[in-house]
Amino acid sequence: METLPIRIQILSIAGALVFMFVIARLIIKGRLREEYSILWIICTIILIVFSIWRRGLEQIALLLGVYYPPSLIFLAAIFAITLFLVHLSIVNSRMQESIKDLTHELAFLRKEVEKLRQKETVSATGIETPVNEK
Amino acid sequence: MPTERILVIVPCYNEQSAIASVVNEINRIRQLVDLQIDVLVVNDCSTDNSLQVIRELACIHLNLPVNLGIGGAMHAGYKYAFRNQYDIAVQIDGDGQHPADELVKILEPIRAGRADVVIGSRFLNNTGFQSTALRRMGINYFRWLNQLLVGQTIFDSTSGFRAFNRRTIAIVNDYYPDEYPEPESIVQFGLHKLRIQEVPVMMRDRQGGVSSITFTKSIYYMWKVTLSTLFAYIRLRNNPYRHGNPAY
Repeated sequence: METLPIRIQILSIAGALVFMFVIARLIIKGRLREEYSILWIICTIILIVFSIWRRGLEQIALLLGVYYPPSLIFLAAIFAITLFLVHLSIVNSRMQESIKDLTHELAFLRKEVEKLRQKETVSATGIETPVNEK
Repeated sequence: MPTERILVIVPCYNEQSAIASVVNEINRIRQLVDLQIDVLVVNDCSTDNSLQVIRELACIHLNLPVNLGIGGAMHAGYKYAFRNQYDIAVQIDGDGQHPADELVKILEPIRAGRADVVIGSRFLNNTGFQSTALRRMGINYFRWLNQLLVGQTIFDSTSGFRAFNRRTIAIVNDYYPDEYPEPESIVQFGLHKLRIQEVPVMMRDRQGGVSSITFTKSIYYMWKVTLSTLFAYIRLRNNPYRHGNPAY
């Protein structure tokens, strides 16, 4: 079995490094939280490892009894994507929960503010505005 | 002399045509019976004129800045009841389906200390509005599911006409299901070993607005409720005090 041609090897190393750089920049600029970038960094490291270790993919494929080594890449990629989607769903669920709690608190605060405002106008003007509450 | 403070929570999402009569009806009942009742309308970010209508009514109101759905709106109401130390919280839908005349019936078992949760059921006497055949089929299914999981037969598990005592208020203050909360919360109550009682009430067809459950959504509804009920069961069976304070 032939090893990866040198051209594609250089290309994939370069691609992985650029990707790593973009992720790092996003974290530094505060646009990506570190916790979400862990998986991306791991993916990039794996990519770099296999770009340098040319026979690695073939050896692992041979070990697992996979006839066509590139299909192993697809398998790994799909697995990683699924994992990350589940992770995003978890993050999303947590966020929804927080939004609900915040909405409740905001509604209570709105009510408090309204009550205080009414009290203020009453004490300032001495005129009782029609208050709906009992 | 009644000393219990009762909070009637009315969730409201785009009910500009019905909400006024619902609140006025409750206020009228309050004058007839000698009970200390406050009405709390929870405006769930309505896009129609509901908020303007509510402001003119003789009631307390909460105005949610984000639409949360019926579960989130009711949860806000229960939190309000808990924080202001109400003895009983009642849910009455904002669409006029639940006649306020039945309020006394719903309150009675709790005031007598016989129940922690009272559910107004339209199927015990089979009078009044009975819902559509398809929806009744769904309700039968939930009855079977509840029977299986908590061993208690609740005839009208989707009924939103409910009253809770303090113990139940403390539990729903901590956790109340989000979406389509009615059947799931019954499992919650059952596993907290609350005494659930159903009382026969008359219900009307909605006076305005549209049901939150359309035909196309009903399949999703069945799935969602089945799943959330099962998961609520597993979660609470392992630790029934995960939500709610048992010492309350």
